[in-house]
Amino acid sequence: MIEVRHLVKRFGPKTVLRNLDFQVEAGEFVALLGPNGAGKTTFLRILASLSRPSYGQVQVAGYLLPQQASAVRRRLGVVSHQPLLYGDLTAEENLRFYGRMYALPDLDRRTQEVLDLVGLAARRRDMVRTFSRGMQQRLAIGRAVLHDPEVMLFDEPHTGLDQEACAMLDEVLQQVAARGRTVVMTSHDLARTADLASRVDVLSHGVIRASTRTDRLAKDSLLAFYRQALEAE
Amino acid sequence: MAESQQTPTPSVVNGTLPGEVSDRAAAAAATAQDKPALNTPFLRAMAAVVWKDLAAEMRSRELLSAMLVFAILVILIFNFALELDAQARANVTAGVLWVTFIFAGTLELNRSMAIEKDRGCLDGLLLAPVDRTAIYFGKAIGNLVFMLIIAAIILPIYSALYTVNLFNPGLLLTILLGSIGYTAVGTLLASMAVQARTRDMLLPILLFPVIVPVLVAAVKASGGFLQGASFSELSPWLNLLLVYDVIFTAVAFMVFDFVVEE
Amino acid sequence: MSPKPRLLTILDAVTIALLLVATVGVFFYAPTELVMGLVQKIFYFHVSAAWVGMLGFIIAAIAGVLYLRTGGRNWDLVEMAAVEIGMVFALITIITGSIWARPVWNTWWTWDPRLTTATIMELVYAAYLMLRQGIEEPERRSRFGAIYVILGAISVPITFFSIRFSRTIHPVIVGNGDPTALGTFDMTPKMLQIFMFSLLVFSIIFADLLWHRVRLGKLADAVEQMKLKLIQ
Repeated sequence: MIEVRHLVKRFGPKTVLRNLDFQVEAGEFVALLGPNGAGKTTFLRILASLSRPSYGQVQVAGYLLPQQASAVRRRLGVVSHQPLLYGDLTAEENLRFYGRMYALPDLDRRTQEVLDLVGLAARRRDMVRTFSRGMQQRLAIGRAVLHDPEVMLFDEPHTGLDQEACAMLDEVLQQVAARGRTVVMTSHDLARTADLASRVDVLSHGVIRASTRTDRLAKDSLLAFYRQALEAE
Repeated sequence: MAESQQTPTPSVVNGTLPGEVSDRAAAAAATAQDKPALNTPFLRAMAAVVWKDLAAEMRSRELLSAMLVFAILVILIFNFALELDAQARANVTAGVLWVTFIFAGTLELNRSMAIEKDRGCLDGLLLAPVDRTAIYFGKAIGNLVFMLIIAAIILPIYSALYTVNLFNPGLLLTILLGSIGYTAVGTLLASMAVQARTRDMLLPILLFPVIVPVLVAAVKASGGFLQGASFSELSPWLNLLLVYDVIFTAVAFMVFDFVVEE
Repeated sequence: MSPKPRLLTILDAVTIALLLVATVGVFFYAPTELVMGLVQKIFYFHVSAAWVGMLGFIIAAIAGVLYLRTGGRNWDLVEMAAVEIGMVFALITIITGSIWARPVWNTWWTWDPRLTTATIMELVYAAYLMLRQGIEEPERRSRFGAIYVILGAISVPITFFSIRFSRTIHPVIVGNGDPTALGTFDMTPKMLQIFMFSLLVFSIIFADLLWHRVRLGKLADAVEQMKLKLIQ
């Protein structure tokens, strides 16, 4: 589903991603772990078509980036730590707006479905600015799945949420992933990652240092795996 | 200095990747076929952006109420600063109006882009399969509508306070043409300024030096119309505004991709 | 580290020599103007500096277009170098103009199209530098700089014509001007020779400075690279 070869990303003299290789099969849920400044967000922005690779090949859902960006964008849903929602519009209006940007047919029905999915049907006519952080994040997931994407990218979706909101978010995340979608998520939260993901990759200094399937890991050994990957440099 | 010395990953940089050339060619061919079907139609995307800005404003009425108060305050300040008696007014009305528009306009442009930046919405727009220029034109048309709303607030207030009739078709045309040029450049520069550290301060510094022609022509034309001059007398100024509008809309159309694409 | 190219050293020497020759020529070869006297001598370097100020803008805009098209780092360096040099020379133009205008027009400043346009050009340059300063990410900084310099290069001529619709008192020495403008004069052949020579000399100064500034920019890039390597 995602195929990245020899990816290099530079910002002026600084090289953030150096010759990174990365593959994700259809239906996998991959968690990207790594220390701050490892290049996780930069990498996700490249997969999301928001940033151009300096060198290398990036293929998402069978299309090349940046050349076939619009084909990728149609098949891609992104949730970042910012909700990407308009505070002065209602929940419903936000979804309707993004639906129009994707030229979705039968928008009324689809909006209703998504609001039900993320559990916000009761507050559809409330302005997003009145929502709590957790509700905004759930609506953000609703926005991301509106056009039924094949690939989903989550950039630290748990940032700034309390325990309860995190638990509700995980529920929605699992539902979203359960439909056979391919998911890549960056995170700091090892415990949550182990529950959600089917594979864990460690990104550090611009390359993938290690990769493992979570079902092959013994319980609670993720932290040890993570530390080992960082020390191996 | 040789290129290879600067690059930390020479193997990738200097050698062509296996299969890269043929893939690129295939991609180019594919893009040509894919694009029309995959991108949301230009006008629909643009209309969605305009609708979104207007709907948000209808709900919050932030701009409307702020502009109402702002317009009264600016006219009040000019009244005392310039001693606007009947004789002075005849000379400076056009200038006062345009200064008010332009300052109110920068507030509006900053606000319009701050909305996109605050909750990361600009990324949301860019993630959608739409032409980037559709986003630009959507924002620019939204801003133009707001500029005209600002004018529709300021003109009656000024008319009422000084009992002058400002509902002159020539003046209205001048305001329309001037606002188009102003928002064409202003939307582009605001979308740049919002990505800078000093964002609110930067917009006027970037915008004012390049909109001097709009100001000169609009003030001359407005003043002329208010003093009863005919269209033919003032047509050079209107033409200048028109030329400015066309040139800068075209330039913004060409360069907007570079503002948002990383 | 690349040493200073020999050609650049030669160009430096030639530039200095030519500037000296031009200065001597202005004072001892060109005749003194009858009405204005010695202050008219400013004219040669004033117009030449104005020319370089404009040239900076044109070169910067061309480099800006090329940068957006190719993404080449060198075009960005050329663009910024041209802006910085142009800004200094535009300032020289405004200052020498004021020195001349004080005795001739009896004022330091007037809202004439050329003066106003020169000032606006200076403001566009200043805004360009502030824009670049406000943006952290190097590539975005270069892209925004290129866009702004293109906008500036298009708007400044329009500004000039829009202000020119109203009357001007600035003398037009080159081309057809209003013969009654205050401070106008006819150039004698010797004056014309020195004037043309000054234009040439200032263009060479521009080229020399541009080369130096681009080279400085490249060295700064190299230093940045080395710093990053040390950190890693």
